[in-house]
Amino acid sequence: MNIVVCVKQVPDSAAKVVAEGGKVIWGDAPLVLNPWDEFAVEAALMLQEATDAEVTVISVGGESAKEALKTALAMGCGQAILISDPALEGADSRAVAQVLAAAIQKIGNVDVAFFGKQAIDGDMGVTGAQTGRFLGWPVLSLASTIKLEGDKLVIERSIEEGRQIVESSLPAVVSVSKDIGEPRYPSFMGIRKASRANIPVWTLADLGINAPTPLVRWPDVVNPPAREVKTEIITGDSPQQIAEQLADKIMEEKVL
Amino acid sequence: MDFTLTEEQRMAQQMVREFAQKEVAPIIKQQDRDQQMAPFILSRMGELGILGICLPVRYGGQGMDYIALGLACEELEAVDSTLRVVLSVHIGLNSLGLFQWASEEQKQRFLTAQARGEKIACFGLTEPGAGSDVAAIRSSARREGAEYVLNGEKMWISLATKADHCLWIARTDPETADPHDGLSAFIVELDRPGVRRGDLHGKLGMRAGSTGWIALQDVRIPLENRIGMEGEGFKIAMSCLDNGRYTVAAGATGLIRACLEASVRYANERQAFGRPIGRFQLIQQKIAYMVQSYDAARLLYLRAGWMKNQGLRNTRETSLAKWFATEASFQAASEAVQIHGAYGYSDEYDVERFLRNAKGAVIYEGTSEIHQLMQAAYALGYREDASLRCELPAYDPQVWQTD
Repeated sequence: MNIVVCVKQVPDSAAKVVAEGGKVIWGDAPLVLNPWDEFAVEAALMLQEATDAEVTVISVGGESAKEALKTALAMGCGQAILISDPALEGADSRAVAQVLAAAIQKIGNVDVAFFGKQAIDGDMGVTGAQTGRFLGWPVLSLASTIKLEGDKLVIERSIEEGRQIVESSLPAVVSVSKDIGEPRYPSFMGIRKASRANIPVWTLADLGINAPTPLVRWPDVVNPPAREVKTEIITGDSPQQIAEQLADKIMEEKVL
Repeated sequence: MDFTLTEEQRMAQQMVREFAQKEVAPIIKQQDRDQQMAPFILSRMGELGILGICLPVRYGGQGMDYIALGLACEELEAVDSTLRVVLSVHIGLNSLGLFQWASEEQKQRFLTAQARGEKIACFGLTEPGAGSDVAAIRSSARREGAEYVLNGEKMWISLATKADHCLWIARTDPETADPHDGLSAFIVELDRPGVRRGDLHGKLGMRAGSTGWIALQDVRIPLENRIGMEGEGFKIAMSCLDNGRYTVAAGATGLIRACLEASVRYANERQAFGRPIGRFQLIQQKIAYMVQSYDAARLLYLRAGWMKNQGLRNTRETSLAKWFATEASFQAASEAVQIHGAYGYSDEYDVERFLRNAKGAVIYEGTSEIHQLMQAAYALGYREDASLRCELPAYDPQVWQTD
């Protein structure tokens, strides 16, 4: 069985992110494997252990995205591929999805493509679904458990209304929720292998496609205006009285 | 001079940090209050390979280098000193001692299981009447045919009641002119008849750990359990301390960092006189000293680790790193409590635990006073390190990372 995991490198969630000169910057905060993608890698490795599959981790990004790929390798993925091309600067999620789909097709014979729920920088949360659309594969999102039963993939989805069981033929795209379980730590053996790994880089030419035109552009990014917040604590002799005073204030200030 | 860590080292450090922060940090305060070591810690560290981090794969280890050991210690102690003590005794004092001095057969018999975390290791040097004065050791090892008969008591032994193997220093020859030459080193399996052990409580700090005593009464061990030659016990013990001290130095560096991070957080939150207390110069001064201590301590232990990687004798440099980092961590913890004010005096915050833990480190693995005597002796030319019959193997990724 062949499994692909698609990951993204993003600024660390603790980074202080500001807009400067129309661009988003995060100072010297480190770039990390997108936390949601760690769950996707975990799901891929769990399925690998259950089915004796091969797991390839791929990413669209710059040279530094190799760090994110190495983290995934250290967790246990068998091999990694970076897709990088200067023409992909400013790509939107749809363009990235098109590129990922091309890469998955180039890898060939892929049964399952895993995605994290969303990237913590763009927060679009649709790249997995878009990739599935380009591939013509069913998309199973918010997976909390994943099983292979014969030639069918059976997943349980964590949705607002509760849990939903969905079956699909292969190949399929799966996006993974946190309920899949804690992502494993990289093992020391994995760390040794990852640091020695030679990660091939595919360009658009290698994929045989032109740079997709982004449909979404970010013409300008600005910081939200600084707000000064004044806090007034309503006091009173009893919760009833405090609530009455608060209600009066809300009406007075025309908040509601 | 390249001061950057390798990718392997950075990833290893990150992994240990995540383990310590996610799995131990949430429960450690309660363990400290209960004076109990959390039962999962040894097995989990074994599972993750941390207990064999810097030993060759063919001895059951993970094939990382000595710097990775130091980085791991820094991360563990940033959560609690008792976590790092596990590596100090299991790897630093015992396993690396075997790695340096044991025969191939002994390495297969003892080291491999230890590196895999299948057996836990500890170190038996200190006695009720002998700490700094190693020559005053009274534990005896009498040779009888194909066995040694061991008698004696060791005290202040970390993991005494948890360990399977103890590297035990005892006197084989009471008649040597210099008492240092009458000592020998042994591996004692602690499930042998005649072994009794117990825990010591009521310590000022290190309460989430396991410290105890071990008493041997006519314990018989085969000759093959002797490490090195008769009379080499003192040299072996000192070699072991070179590695134990290294882990203490690295750990104390992590403790300084924990004090610094806690103090910065608090100084940015706590308000007095209409502003965060970080705006006041006397608080800033305390923070500045912590930064200075952290950077210096870190460079000192990394240098010692680098020397171990190169196969260079590093007794002096390791002693210096341990002395500096532990004294600095005690100071940093004291100032951290001060920055936190009354809240620092309460166990609601971590800094009082850092202070109590830090005090232990200036006592064990060579008191600060012993290290001062060592450094002066080196500088004054009273002391020189002679080469040893067995040296600590240099790091070789090729050899260490293949079966």
